[in-house]
Amino acid sequence: MMASSYNAKEEDGHHPGASGPGGAAANSKKPDNTAFKQQRLPAWQPILTAGTVLPAFFVIGLIFIPIGIGLYVTSNNIKEFEIDYTGIDMSSPCFNCSQNFSWNSTTPCKCSLPFSLDQPFESNVFMYYGLSNFYQNHRRYVKSRDDSQLNGDSFSLKSPSKECEPYRESSDKKPIAPCGAIANSMFNDTLVLYYIDPNGTRTEIPLVDKGIAWWTDKHVKFRNPGGSNANLTASFQGTSKPVNWNKPVYELSTDPENNGFINEDFIVWMRTAALPTFRKLYRIIQRKNSMTPTLPQGDYTLEVTYNYPVRSFEGRKRMILSTISWMGGKNPFLGIAYITVGSVCFFLGVVLLIIHHKHGNRSSADIPN
Amino acid sequence: MACLQTKQLSHGTEWWNLSGVEMFRKRPPPEEERKVRANGREYNEKFQYASNCIVTSKYNVITFLPVNLFEQFQEVANTYFLFLLILQLIPQISSLSWFTTIVPLVLVLSITAVKDATDDYFRHKSDNQVNNRQSQVLISGSLQKEKWMNVRVGDIIKLENNQFVAADLLLLSSSEPHGLCYIETAELDGETNMKVRQSLSVTSELGDPHNLAQFDGEVVCEPPNNKLDRFCGTLYWKESKYPLSNQNMLLRGCVLRNTEYCYGLVIFAGPDTKLMQNSGRTKFKRTSIDRLMNTLVLWIFGFLVCMGVILAVGNAVWEREVGTLFQSFLPWDPPVNGFLLSAFLSFWSYVIILNTVVPISLYVSVEVIRLGHSYFINWDRRMFCSRSNTPAEARTTTLNEELGQVEYIFSDKTGTLTQNIMTFNKCSINGRAYGDVDPVGAQGKRPQPLDFSVWNPLADGGLCFYDASLLEAVKTGEPAAHEFLRLLSLCHTVMSEEKREGALVYKAQCVCVCVCVCVCVVCVCVFSLSLSVGALVYKAQSPDEGALVTAARNFGFVFRSRTPGTITVHEMGRPVTYTLLAILDFNNIRKRMSVIVRNPEGRIRLYCKGADTVLFERLHPCNHELMNITSDHLNEYASDGLRTLALAYRDLTEEEWEEWSERYRGAGKATDCREDRLAAVYEQIEQDMMLLGATAIEDKLQEGVPETIAILSLANIKIWVLTGDKQETAVNIGYSCKMLTDNMTEIFIINGHTVQSVREELRRARERMVAHSREGGKGDEAAGWAQACSLGNGVRGGDQAGWPLPQEKEKQESGGRVPSLLESISGEFALVISGHSLAHALEGDMEYEFVETACACRAVICCRVTPLQKALVVELIKRHKKAVTLAIGDGANDVSMIKTAHIGVGISGQEGIQAVLASDYSFSQFRFLQRLLLVHGRWSYLRMCRFLCYFFYKNFAFTMVHFWFGFFCGFSAQTVYDQYFITLYNIVYTSLPVLAMGIFDQDVPEQRSLEYPKLYEPGQLNLLFNKREFFICIAQGIYTSVVLFFVPYGTLAHATQSTGEPLADYQTFAVTTATALVIVVSVQIALDTGYWTAINHFFVWGSLGSYFTILFIMHSSFLFSIFPKQFHFLGSAQNTLEQPVVWLTIALATVICIAPVLTFRFLKLDLKPQLSDTVRYTQLVHQKKRKPGISGGMGISGVGLGAGALGRLGRSASRRSGYAFAHQEGFGELITSGKNMRLSSLALATFASRHSSSWIDTLRKKKHANSANASINSANASVNSANASVNSANASVNSVSAIANGQPQTPPAPALSNSSSLSGSQDTPPEEVGLSHAQQAVAQQAVARDGVHSGTASHSNGCTLVTRPEAETGGCSLGAVQEALFGWRGVGARVSGASSPGPPPILEESSPTE
Repeated sequence: MMASSYNAKEEDGHHPGASGPGGAAANSKKPDNTAFKQQRLPAWQPILTAGTVLPAFFVIGLIFIPIGIGLYVTSNNIKEFEIDYTGIDMSSPCFNCSQNFSWNSTTPCKCSLPFSLDQPFESNVFMYYGLSNFYQNHRRYVKSRDDSQLNGDSFSLKSPSKECEPYRESSDKKPIAPCGAIANSMFNDTLVLYYIDPNGTRTEIPLVDKGIAWWTDKHVKFRNPGGSNANLTASFQGTSKPVNWNKPVYELSTDPENNGFINEDFIVWMRTAALPTFRKLYRIIQRKNSMTPTLPQGDYTLEVTYNYPVRSFEGRKRMILSTISWMGGKNPFLGIAYITVGSVCFFLGVVLLIIHHKHGNRSSADIPN
Repeated sequence: MACLQTKQLSHGTEWWNLSGVEMFRKRPPPEEERKVRANGREYNEKFQYASNCIVTSKYNVITFLPVNLFEQFQEVANTYFLFLLILQLIPQISSLSWFTTIVPLVLVLSITAVKDATDDYFRHKSDNQVNNRQSQVLISGSLQKEKWMNVRVGDIIKLENNQFVAADLLLLSSSEPHGLCYIETAELDGETNMKVRQSLSVTSELGDPHNLAQFDGEVVCEPPNNKLDRFCGTLYWKESKYPLSNQNMLLRGCVLRNTEYCYGLVIFAGPDTKLMQNSGRTKFKRTSIDRLMNTLVLWIFGFLVCMGVILAVGNAVWEREVGTLFQSFLPWDPPVNGFLLSAFLSFWSYVIILNTVVPISLYVSVEVIRLGHSYFINWDRRMFCSRSNTPAEARTTTLNEELGQVEYIFSDKTGTLTQNIMTFNKCSINGRAYGDVDPVGAQGKRPQPLDFSVWNPLADGGLCFYDASLLEAVKTGEPAAHEFLRLLSLCHTVMSEEKREGALVYKAQCVCVCVCVCVCVVCVCVFSLSLSVGALVYKAQSPDEGALVTAARNFGFVFRSRTPGTITVHEMGRPVTYTLLAILDFNNIRKRMSVIVRNPEGRIRLYCKGADTVLFERLHPCNHELMNITSDHLNEYASDGLRTLALAYRDLTEEEWEEWSERYRGAGKATDCREDRLAAVYEQIEQDMMLLGATAIEDKLQEGVPETIAILSLANIKIWVLTGDKQETAVNIGYSCKMLTDNMTEIFIINGHTVQSVREELRRARERMVAHSREGGKGDEAAGWAQACSLGNGVRGGDQAGWPLPQEKEKQESGGRVPSLLESISGEFALVISGHSLAHALEGDMEYEFVETACACRAVICCRVTPLQKALVVELIKRHKKAVTLAIGDGANDVSMIKTAHIGVGISGQEGIQAVLASDYSFSQFRFLQRLLLVHGRWSYLRMCRFLCYFFYKNFAFTMVHFWFGFFCGFSAQTVYDQYFITLYNIVYTSLPVLAMGIFDQDVPEQRSLEYPKLYEPGQLNLLFNKREFFICIAQGIYTSVVLFFVPYGTLAHATQSTGEPLADYQTFAVTTATALVIVVSVQIALDTGYWTAINHFFVWGSLGSYFTILFIMHSSFLFSIFPKQFHFLGSAQNTLEQPVVWLTIALATVICIAPVLTFRFLKLDLKPQLSDTVRYTQLVHQKKRKPGISGGMGISGVGLGAGALGRLGRSASRRSGYAFAHQEGFGELITSGKNMRLSSLALATFASRHSSSWIDTLRKKKHANSANASINSANASVNSANASVNSANASVNSVSAIANGQPQTPPAPALSNSSSLSGSQDTPPEEVGLSHAQQAVAQQAVARDGVHSGTASHSNGCTLVTRPEAETGGCSLGAVQEALFGWRGVGARVSGASSPGPPPILEESSPTE
């Protein structure tokens, strides 16, 4: 840019025109005759022609529509049940619990919601809790954690990352474990499901609380401090429980394989949701045998230990029961989208074909000037 | 470097804030006067003059980093990113980790730094090399070797022959008598001729080193400046004063020639030398794309701020409505105490994450692409001139795409369009024309040029003369022919050099002539070279003269030598010495020259040659009949574009001569009005002459000039010739390069000397154009225009008061109307304007008028223009037409124009390197221009446009996803993607495919863009990338971002893995979106790439591959275990990408993104195909159709016959008189005074050895070139005919279109174009294939244009008419139909010819596409 037009080399009198003595071939500045330098690299030169574009549309249409139908059917075969237990309405059994909320209330508030399933749920049934209007994807929320601490790093356990502020240290200057806003706001309702026999007996449905987190999370990402040391209480010595929690992290479960940071409920909660309305896997209802449905048709009761406040921010809480297929849970959007896109492509193909036939001047491919 | 430090120490300049070149230029006290004492180092020391050390480098090892960084951060873009980086360090704002900005920034900075460092390294190297050259310095009485950089002001240094002058020296003495010495100043001003310098007589007597060591004169002179031709100073020595002028100076950069040695006193050294003072910063040119890009970046920046504001408002609302309630879960960061502050911070956070819409890599990528294009230009073998061994060179790497948008070309004439080589072509002796041989004979066989050397050992190999009859006439001793040739060998001012037996004693260089009083330096060009045994070299002052003398030589009248009083000629092998009595020199008014000689028999005769108009008036009446015949011949020659001279003689009696010579001497001695008196005396004797005949000299055009001009004008590029030459010459060249044709409706010559007359002439020209248009049937418009014209003109009804400026302004403001009318003028006009008229036309108020008139003409020739005017004309068009201009020239006089134009092209290897140094591109042949523009320029523009479109698209698609996500994350500036993805997206995942496309893409093969020059038009109209295209890209990008966000949103929101875990977690969403983005963007680049080389494949697939590889590495447990906080996406890739739903989502998003694009592109191609699309498609069809069986070469055979006859077309009516004499007067005087006779050739012999080797080389090359030339000539001729036919076709097209539109018309000219193109392609040597293509294209274009004019109806019509015979012959159906449709049998023939084993050059042409 700031080149001076003076160049000592040119002062040497290298006239471009004057060739060196004798061996002209040796000194020839003739550029190499390579395909690369002469821009003659062999190349594929695709052109959008009716012969390529129209079939492409038809093919897309023909592939997408069946896939869409398949997806739609699969999705429709999945059974899903959803119940909102926030307790907004006066009539809701949980209305009372939702009214007198406090994080620190020692006496749990319980409420029961009866519901009935119209169809039996075959195979494994997955139980989710769903929250609405909960911004787990807020920037300050998302970053408010210390992955190092959660990975069992003893240094981070004692001095958590600054990102965790203001849930980094408790009021008595003890480090909080697990620190940060995410952990602090962990979902802590307890959901229990009862099956009401036609004859009126209540049977508690066994809920499995393991296998609900990603394998990598459970086995790699989340580690308790002190390694395999069974004594979690000792490991968490000198730390404080998150402000909103009732009990410290090492008392989340009685099962040593599911306690502390590797508690799967905790892990699930720590995997933040992308959208403000989300569901998280809560429990799995394992099918007992192939003969009886996991959840037979009939009446059920959902018993909620109502701890988690959402009304303050106009949030909602749901309990969802769902079966699963190869493509996951119920997802009508994908099937419909595929069918729509496939049809549109096919239709476009037809329209383009007509346009091409009527107006396309390819047939008389001339070169106008 | 040692000297750098000393300089810094000695001057104490603030080097750190002075960049580069200026570092050493600024010194505290500006020098007012320079005092230098010879041999007085102590005395000179106190002035602290700069030493002779040159520093062009900018940095040294220590200063590199700070200075370079400082420079780089002066770039707005870099500062902007630095600012972003600082923002990111504020935790409340930081929405991205610091490295997402710093990695690209460091990358960009380091790439630039590496480039700067390499540049500087080379500068260091060349500085070192120059500074360490040896020179001989006179130190304490003896000569010592000293490095250049140690030479001080006041030193006396000794220069030897062919050495570079080390500093600006005052010449003290030299080996030559009178203290003369010769220098070549090519490095300084680009003139290759030698110049003479003379020392003061007092110093020249000093002579040897001993005396010089005692010399203690003091020079007082002007301070350093950059005026090359001026020096003003005084030498004080021994109590006397001697004025010094530029004539006593040897400037750095010159080379000492033909002088054994000389001594000089260093006056200015190093940076103070005029050479260095002249090497200022080159003006940094920017392309229009650059400017557009900068505007767009500003817009994008505005857009970014808007987005930021929207999201900040959103954040304010959200924080107020939701955030406050949500505080139990997520309290505000400490300093934030309300939604407003939060919104403010969120604005900056969003500025950070949305900054990728203004990608830092944009500028770097653009530079890389341009660099690639520049290399392709440098590498192009078809722009390599093997004769001069010069490849094309892109000296600037920033202008390439502008080459695809050129609308105006301003060309120099001499050396650019012409070779500045004159050849004796034809003559008319005593009423008989010789040399008029049809280049393509009746049998289609080209006659061989005469071989003179067989009978004449002194013949020169350079002459190509075809007509043997003249030789016969000479051999048979026809007196008129003898007298004719004798005149040629006597009446001239040429000097000869002859080798002595055994030793090669040539002066390779030009001879300089020193004129006693005014010391005017005359250039003498060497034009004639020889390989024959006789080795006789002529040095003629003007090439025309040389051509004539050489012609005489070849025909047996060899001019051997001259002394001031004699001329020795070998007449038919017999030496004859004539006594030279007088030379009646040439000047522009006389337009003739004469010699008076006494032959050995004692007869006195006057030989005269001159312009026919002048000469014919002075003939003896008895010549009347001969004059008529000769006059006819002259007309013929002139219409061929040849330069003509008439020859005559007159016998003088002794008395006449005595009487006249008396008067002559008297006039010569006169002091006042000497010129006029001499002229009057000359006039007296040049009377009653006998006509001998006439000569015709061809001012040889460079190869392929007419074709190039034809093709360029078909590409809608307007070519203006700006020349310092005379009007006649310029017009002649205009004709011979087909800028002007006889078919032109009218050629306006503006030659007025006053403002009024120029204005009047311009007005008349416009009126004529309008009138013509009106005749053409556009009455209404024309009338309207006429009104506008007269309005605009302002000279009405004798109102000469002046230019009504307000009206003019009004007209300009109302815009468009007048220009559009002007452009709609039918008919072809040309404008020739001379320098003095131009001076008026360029004055403020007439500018607009001139531009309008000139731009309505097809050809504009400005003659007798000064270098400054050249620049002004370019400037004018730049200002008024807003068009991209290109200036091409070869000499120092073109430098201003080259620097002014958007693009400057230098023709290298002709007249020195000044033009090349100032240019942006250089090559050695004018014809390469078509390749530079139509191939490289076009591609560059196309690639750059596609690159920019895609680049903006991909960044918007990438960034805008954050915007949509903002609505779902509480406007918290949470990013959608992983931070590493954001970091790497622009520099790894998507940069290389688009770079590959930007560097390698081609839409149509190169030969097609030469065949269809119309393909160039989109660039001129700026169609491929403009604001509209930009918005389309942006819209597409935003659309893609919408799809990329909402499709995953729709599918993932409720989806779960097949193991039951929900998919809507943040990390899965991020991975899905990112993957979809990379795939969509890759598919899009795949769609945009039109030319898939292996490299493109590698980059596209490689980018996808690298994305997945890096993704898995980033999400691996290995990295997590080391940095758990940084790589917390552990397992996401694996968990996400094994879900079928995710892949279904990606596929869905891709289809939704691409399908509309595909639809639009298809519709555009199908319904409104661009020319390039059609060409591409046809190409495809041809490729498919091309089967081995088709032999298309068949139908050609008979067609070549017509060419000869056609060649005569268009050389009909116009009568011009070009005459060949370009040299200055005063040469004759020199000869007779004997001043320039360097009889002591001894001195020459000493350094001749050096020349001889290179001399031989040149000769050898010349020989080769000649043989090539011979074969080219005939091709040229056929090309001419092609052009002629095209022109006529054009004319007919125009008239047709003027009369009626849409009437079915069968193309009139297929046969014509065929004949010419085929005859060309049959026998062109490989080098000339481009040429034959050119003609074909010309022909096709003409025909094609016709087709269009006559409307679409004619397509079908013509089709049915012409198709049938073709179809019946069973040729390739589709291709044949298309070609037949427009009469392109040429194409068919060539394409099919390529498949047959036929002529190899053609094969090579079309093979690349296979």
